[in-house]
Formats: sequence, structure tokens, C-alpha cells
Amino acid sequence: MNGAKVSSGPKPYMNPYLAGVLLGILLTATIYITGRGLGASGAVKAVTATAVDTLAPSHTAATRFYQEYGKEHGEGSPLKNWLVFEVAGVLLGAFLSGLISDRLGFKLEKGPGSTTRTRLYGAIIGGILWGVGSQLGRGCTSGAALSGLAVMSTGGILTMASIFAGAYAFAWFFRKLWI
Amino acid sequence: MGPLVPDIISNNLNFIMALVIGILFGMILEQAGFSTSKKLVGLFYGYDFTVLRVFFTAGIVAMTGVMGLKHFGLLDINLVYINPTFLWSAIIGGLVMGLGFVLGGFCPGTSVCAAAIGKLDAMIFIGGSFIGVLIFAEGYPVFEGLYKAKNLGNPRIFETFNIPETMFAFLMTLIAIFAFLAVSVIERKVNGLEKEPFRIDPYRAALAAGAVVLVVFSLVFTDKRNDLLKKIEDRAFVENYKLREISPDQFALCIMRMEECDKFQIFDFRDEETYRKMSFPKSTLFTLENLFEKEPVKLLNIKHRTTVFIADDEMTERKMAVVATELGFKRIAILKGGVNEFSRQVLDFASAGTPGSKEEEYVKRFRTKAKQLIPVIIENNKPQGGVKKTQKRVIGGC
Repeated sequence: MNGAKVSSGPKPYMNPYLAGVLLGILLTATIYITGRGLGASGAVKAVTATAVDTLAPSHTAATRFYQEYGKEHGEGSPLKNWLVFEVAGVLLGAFLSGLISDRLGFKLEKGPGSTTRTRLYGAIIGGILWGVGSQLGRGCTSGAALSGLAVMSTGGILTMASIFAGAYAFAWFFRKLWI
Repeated sequence: MGPLVPDIISNNLNFIMALVIGILFGMILEQAGFSTSKKLVGLFYGYDFTVLRVFFTAGIVAMTGVMGLKHFGLLDINLVYINPTFLWSAIIGGLVMGLGFVLGGFCPGTSVCAAAIGKLDAMIFIGGSFIGVLIFAEGYPVFEGLYKAKNLGNPRIFETFNIPETMFAFLMTLIAIFAFLAVSVIERKVNGLEKEPFRIDPYRAALAAGAVVLVVFSLVFTDKRNDLLKKIEDRAFVENYKLREISPDQFALCIMRMEECDKFQIFDFRDEETYRKMSFPKSTLFTLENLFEKEPVKLLNIKHRTTVFIADDEMTERKMAVVATELGFKRIAILKGGVNEFSRQVLDFASAGTPGSKEEEYVKRFRTKAKQLIPVIIENNKPQGGVKKTQKRVIGGC
């Protein structure tokens, strides 16, 4: 990358190994301080539970999933949840990082051969699959795979292996979306 | 000793911590390039392996970090959240997420990052993930069987494979290094790039230096727990270790006056069955393991309180007291001769003829009284049980 490009466009990304070491140190500190790892999908669950509870309280009271969630979560609003605060931080942190590195701006990213429409369908279906999958796997790439690896949980490492195995297994069928 | 929540950092402050940790998490992910789906899925098509590099480096560093904290006795791993293992839902959930990764181009954490800097596809993805959770919630009766099948508890991977913890960490690191080398070759091939000449850049040098420092550290500062366990195998060392000793008579006096005296407590290292049958007031059933756990040892930190370690024989008491003293706990005493000697001298006291001196007469009177009183005290004292139950893992996970 030449000098002129650096000064005008977005700044280059961080060296991946350096980012990895920093993320690893952050995760270690998180476990040392709080006794738990990082996460993301749990916040989606908390927001969903709150939304449904606000819109249809009688429904949540009668549905097993929300009952079990409420029991697990304890008292107070489901939004008073460690992961909700953490993900709010992620949103803020990523925004600040984008601001510093000149990467802010509304944009739809897609593979060269893909249309906007297919990309949107892909994104929403992908999101739905993650919603269901992260419930089954009891966490996503952050909560189950990365944090699970840090504490060497068998379940977490198994979920990690399955995520990557699944992605590689299906990648070929959907290659038109990306390459 | 960690985790710092909830003693040093309160539960409410923990929410602020969550926000701060989240900000750093978001910044690192965004700086690494996780805010663009094209970079993320590059992993699956071979043109960009950033995700693999960041993910595995972070995993290895954190795994080593957690092991290191445990090694130096700074973190009680029994309190840390270990993701549970439900065999089938872990595998099937993972495969579903894998498909979602290829279709959606994100995972939940990265989608939040991407949405934060304005990526529209990420916002749609997040919308989808809400729908996904909703589908799971409403369809819970359908998923529940799979969700709860084959619950294996909270095993850790080295327990599952029955290998030492360090062995797994070592293998995992080897796999990661191999993967880093392999993906660089693949990446160059897919992108049609020439092989770069190998050079020692600051990152490689720092990583290698870090690894060397860690190895040297773990060799120089050996595991505190194993070290102590080895030390107390040395009989002579334990026998000559300077410890405060309490004679059976003093102990008897303590027991009789205990109701009005809060300066003493007893840690009982006998087995649970014996403890249930015969426990002293203000005593807690304790084990060697408890001495290394965060919750139980809180009892040892109460100011102005002397803890008397008791066991059947004095040697066991000494061993436990040495461990506790070496761990830095103060005001620890042992019962001279152990409970066996105490029983022999006091509880089963039989006066041997006419006492010769005045002192012997006092001892006789005292022991006769103690022999009558202490069994009553023991009878009235309900065992408080072990401290194991107070150990509670942090609730974590998604």
C-alpha cells in the first residue's frame, strides 16, 4: 500500500497475530475478573425475551422456554444481563474503532457475483440459523467456541469444531455468494 | 484470588466492567477486520485467513493465561464457568451455525461490530438472529429433546481424553502453529501470490519470546499446589516445621469455654463419617483441597481468630497446617497428639492412683470435669457440615 492511499482511505487492519494476542489477554482478564468468558448470542436472547415479554406477557408466562430462561436468569429485567452490557460495549467499541480508522459509512457488502437481493436473503437466513444454532450450541463463536477453548471445556471445543466443520462442508454449495 | 467478582468487584460494578470489556472487545474485533463479511468468509474459500489467525492466537493465549493464573494460585478454576457439554446439541447446533456462517457471512459478535460501522448486511443479519431465537423459543417443545439430550456435565477436554492439562495445551499450540503455516501457503496459492521470503518480523519475534518466557517461568516457578504437596511428603520437614501447638488440656478448655469465646475456630480434617459422629462446636469439616479454594479459605482470613487444625493423628494436622502456613495464612495452631491423643488423655481419662503433687491433682480434677462436660457439648453440637456446598460456579455462557 503506498503512502497516498493510507492518508486518504481507511487505515489498514491490525496485524492478525497482534489482534489475537490482545484478544487473548482481554479474555484472560475477563475470566480473572468475572469468572466467565466473552459472549454475544446471549444478548440476542435477552433482548428477544424482553421484547416478547413486553408485547405478550401472558404468552411468556405460559411458554416453557421463557419460564426456564427466567428461572436461570433470576430476578429483574432480562436486560439487566452481563452480556447485554458487554454487547452494548462491543457496539460502542467497534464504532469508535471505525471512527478512528475511517471505516464508517453505510454499505452493503456482497461477493462479486452476488446480487443485493441474494445478499439480503443470505444475511437474514444466516442470522436465523445463528439464532437457532447458538441456542442449541449454548453459545456462539465467542461464548462457546472462544471462551470454551480458553477454559478447555469439552462442549465448547466440540461446538467450535462443529461450527468450522459445518462452514467448510457447506461452503462449496454457496460459493457463488462469495467468489 | 480470582475471580474478583463478587468480592472485590461487586455485582453492580460488574455491569460497568461488562461495558468496558465489551468496548475493548469491539475495538479489537473491528481493528482486526472482523467488521466485513468478505474478510470473514475468506476463511472458507481460502483467500483470507485473518479469522483463523486471530481466533486461534486468542484461544491459545487465553488458554495459557488461564492455566498460568491457576499455576500461580491466582485463580480458583472451580469457580470459573465451564461451558456444559450436551453432546448432540453441541454438534448439531455447531453445524447449523456453520451453515449460517457461510450464508450470512457473519457470526453474532462480528455482526454487531459490522453493524456499528454501518454495514447494512450486518443489520439484516442481526434482525435474522432475533427471528432465529424467537423460532427456537416458540418451537422449544420440538427442540427440547435434542437440546437436553446426552448431558455429560461440565467436563474439560483433557479429562475427556484423560491426558494431562498441559499436554492438551501443548498439542493445541502445535496444531495452531501448523495451521498458521498451512493457511499462509493456501492463501498465497488462492490469491496467486509469490512466496514471500521468510523474515523475522516484530510479531513473530514477540510471540516466540513470549513463549520462551512462559516456559522459563513455569519451570522456575513451579506449580504452587504440587510444590506444597511434594513438600509435605518430607517427614522430617513437616516434623520440624515450627507450628503453634495446643495441648489436649488447653484444647479441652477451649471447647468448654467456646460458647463465650469467638477467638477460636476448628478445622476438622477427619473423614466425614467420623465428623458426623463427633464434632466440636465451631468446627468446620475441611479437606486438603479446600485449602486451595477461594470460598473455604475465607474462614481463615477472619481477623483475630485462631484456627485449630485437628485430625486423628498429629502428622496429618501438621501437614495441613504447613500447607496453610505456606499459603500465607496466619494464626494457625494444631492439637498436640491429634484427636487420638486428646481422646486418650481427656475423654477416656482414668485417674491412676493417688496424685503425687498438687499439679497432678489439678490435672486430675480438670480432666474429670472435662470428661463429663465435653461429651455433652459434642452431643449438643449439630455438625455444620463441609464447606464444599458454598463453592458456587459463576453463571456464564450465552
